[in-house]
Amino acid sequence: MACAVSTERPRASFDLDAAWQLAAQVQVRPERFGALLYHFGTRQLSFLKSPALLAVVRGLATQPSARAACRAADVPDAQLASYRRALGTLAAAQMICRREAT
Amino acid sequence: MTAAALPLVEQFSYGLDAPICLTWELTYACNLSCVHCLSSSGRRDPRELSTAQCQAVIDELQRMQVFYVNIGGGEPTVRPDFWDLLDYATGHDVGVKFSTNGVKITPAIARRLAGHDYVDVQISLDGATAGVNDAVRGPGSYAVALRAMRHLADAGFAGFKISVVMTRHNVGQLDEFRALADSFGAQLRLTRLRPSGRGADVWDELHLTAGQQRQLYDWLVEHGDSVLTGDSFFHLSGYGSALPGLNLCGAGRVVCLIDPVGDVYACPFAIHPAFLAGNVRDPGGFARVWRESELFAGLRQPQSGGACESCAAYGACRGGCMAAKFFTGLPLDGPDPECVHGHGERVLAMADTAAAPRPAGDHSHRTSPRRDPVPLTLSRRRPAEPAQPPSARSGDRGPGVPGVVPRGSRAGGRPPGLAGPARAMLRECGVLAAVLAVTAVLTVLTPPAAPARAAGPARAVPAARELAGHPRSG
Repeated sequence: MACAVSTERPRASFDLDAAWQLAAQVQVRPERFGALLYHFGTRQLSFLKSPALLAVVRGLATQPSARAACRAADVPDAQLASYRRALGTLAAAQMICRREAT
Repeated sequence: MTAAALPLVEQFSYGLDAPICLTWELTYACNLSCVHCLSSSGRRDPRELSTAQCQAVIDELQRMQVFYVNIGGGEPTVRPDFWDLLDYATGHDVGVKFSTNGVKITPAIARRLAGHDYVDVQISLDGATAGVNDAVRGPGSYAVALRAMRHLADAGFAGFKISVVMTRHNVGQLDEFRALADSFGAQLRLTRLRPSGRGADVWDELHLTAGQQRQLYDWLVEHGDSVLTGDSFFHLSGYGSALPGLNLCGAGRVVCLIDPVGDVYACPFAIHPAFLAGNVRDPGGFARVWRESELFAGLRQPQSGGACESCAAYGACRGGCMAAKFFTGLPLDGPDPECVHGHGERVLAMADTAAAPRPAGDHSHRTSPRRDPVPLTLSRRRPAEPAQPPSARSGDRGPGVPGVVPRGSRAGGRPPGLAGPARAMLRECGVLAAVLAVTAVLTVLTPPAAPARAAGPARAVPAARELAGHPRSG
């Protein structure tokens, strides 16, 4: 149920139009600055440095695409590239994974 | 400036709703008597938390989403309920990394551990050879640690940690440590010696010389990606480029210590009333201590760099380690005693080090090994003592034989007073320097409209540089 394969592309090619979700072994702890993510499998921590990014990450599982999750979290189009990069980092760390892969 | 715009390190310095990780020493009991034990362990404290009380703490950590704890001691595995507490924690979303001298790691236990998804093991070893290790950790302790490593490797436990406290005598063995770790498929973890617990007694003789600090720094710069450091060498960042990690004193901000009786201290190296924030048995439990204690609130206020503020390296080293300053008698807003620019040494030379606060709560064994000088007037050494081991030297006398132990005698040979293999009382120091126990990836949003954003590689983007900062360690 975890990300079956860690074949996520490098950050630059994170697919905003694909469906994503939090990996099964990941827990989210909200903090003032955003959130802490912990992956119980890889023992990695990630820090989400904005509450908006937390909202995006939380929306992934119910939105048809990462782009839609950003839109639902009121991310301005001008910042989409930043969010794409951030999501790409999370994908590379296996914190989030493609939904159809599970 | 919004909260989200602050650099992560500053966010952390103002504290979190719960620790990122915490050190939990389960018992002061230990089979060893390491000369530098940070918690002066040896004898169990009768007030130690019961199994039910430990489980209640775990429940609370689960509610607070403390993702994992670093368990130490003492030697935690000598608690009869240790393996059950391990299962209880991992069954309640609290991962466990525990430090051990290996004494209880049998083949069966190793197999059990290998089957655990959320358990990491650190075997403490303070020399790549028996001679160097046993001088600090006691006779036979090297063999016990190596045996445990073999059992773990045989059981298929990949990636356990070999945890080394850097001393004057093992800093030359860095490559050997790494080769040893490689041979077991293990990972090397290096941490700093602090003048905490019994470490205060041996710090003068064992802490790195200035030249050795530079040697360690250069080695870490070259090999830092493959070793863990518990973030404990951030004072070395004063040399120039920052080492991997948060480079932040996390005491009371992102880390803390729960000691065996439930007392909560700002960090594992600060067992002293001055850093005592409360007790998990107080009303409101650990959460209230973490969130409301006056001590922690104070630590989360902006700190003064004091005498260090005018130093160009202050931004990198942040004045160094609070505990190291405290137990060497230096002011907390001044240089670290091991300041790489020599400021600490200069202040130390003028300071009244005899007035330095003594570590509190000594649980050392009362017999072996002898730690403190004993008045010669009590000396009643028998002339004929047949069982004296051949390696015994002056200052290295058997237990129950009072004699003055010169401080310098500990560094070179065996710890004073350990009598020989027949009574090899092995003990673990529970060395847990952890700030963070895992690799971490910073997820940073590039500020909107940053002009450099369009410029290709991630490292060229200012905010993305932080992506390369791995607050990894542990």
